[in-house]
Amino acid sequence: MKRISTLAFILIGIAAAVALVILVAPNANANPDGLEKVAAEQGIDNNVQDHDLAGGPFADYEVSGVDNRYAGTWISGLLGVTVTFAIGAGIVYVLRRSRRPA
Amino acid sequence: MLAMHIPDGFIDGPTSLIAGLIAIAGVAWCVRKTSATLSDRDIPVVGLAAAFIFAAQMLNFPVANGTSGHLLGGVLAAVLVGPWAGALAVTVVLVVQALLFADGGLSALGLNVINMALAGAFVGYGLFLVLRKVLGGRTWSVTPAAGTAAFLVPVIAALLFTVEYAIGGNDAVSVGTVATAMIGVHALIGIGEGVISGLAVGAVMSMRPDLVYGARRLEARPQPALRGVAA
Repeated sequence: MKRISTLAFILIGIAAAVALVILVAPNANANPDGLEKVAAEQGIDNNVQDHDLAGGPFADYEVSGVDNRYAGTWISGLLGVTVTFAIGAGIVYVLRRSRRPA
Repeated sequence: MLAMHIPDGFIDGPTSLIAGLIAIAGVAWCVRKTSATLSDRDIPVVGLAAAFIFAAQMLNFPVANGTSGHLLGGVLAAVLVGPWAGALAVTVVLVVQALLFADGGLSALGLNVINMALAGAFVGYGLFLVLRKVLGGRTWSVTPAAGTAAFLVPVIAALLFTVEYAIGGNDAVSVGTVATAMIGVHALIGIGEGVISGLAVGAVMSMRPDLVYGARRLEARPQPALRGVAA
């Protein structure tokens, strides 16, 4: 069986991540997650502090100034997918390059 | 609610600082090992692992009693690109989430890296190897072994959080109470973790099994020659 190229595979994977952000993320379950729920119920969050970067433009996966829930999640999500891909691949690229004798 | 990692203030400063130093040492080790365990072909695969886990962490799914859960991703990343690069990929996600999206406290970053990136990738990959062997050590064993290991990993993260709370928790609630609540919820979250990880690994195995680190040096079926030697 002929296998798809690595480029095609990466593009399919990115498309899957983008599809998750576009189609599913705006409808993600809005309840607190396991840690947050336990912390609130058991009372271990009495000293919780606001995030140091809570005023940032993309805090909480929204976009400041964008009120539309979908648009905010989409922009944040696509930004996050792009940045994590670039840093993840970039680190390994640099590591591989630095390993080769000059 | 999208993702949600340990914020500042749950765990005291000294414990968070020590966790940060342990996380730095662990990640530095991963950096050293990554280029030796991967080839140039794997460069975009590590990027994809990070990007996919970032996207999947935005998808909180419902578990019991008005609670949600999301993928942690350590097993998925480790099976795809190996535990060292896998832990790096999840660390990238956690750092980007903390710096860009204000998710996960800056002082708690070391705690989050230990619980989700390092433990997820290394304990998860160890469980995966054991399960892969139990399931016959064949190519087809990879996907169910990855899914089952992923099912167990959120409970390990919950246990680690409980240990961190026991050492440096800022509240008076008993450790046993925190342990019971955390483990119970994360056993349920593990179902989602296992399903998502199993589906993702299965998809890659169907397209490009040669790119899957956890499937290296496996045979689809016993080789006649080797069988002869073993007998």
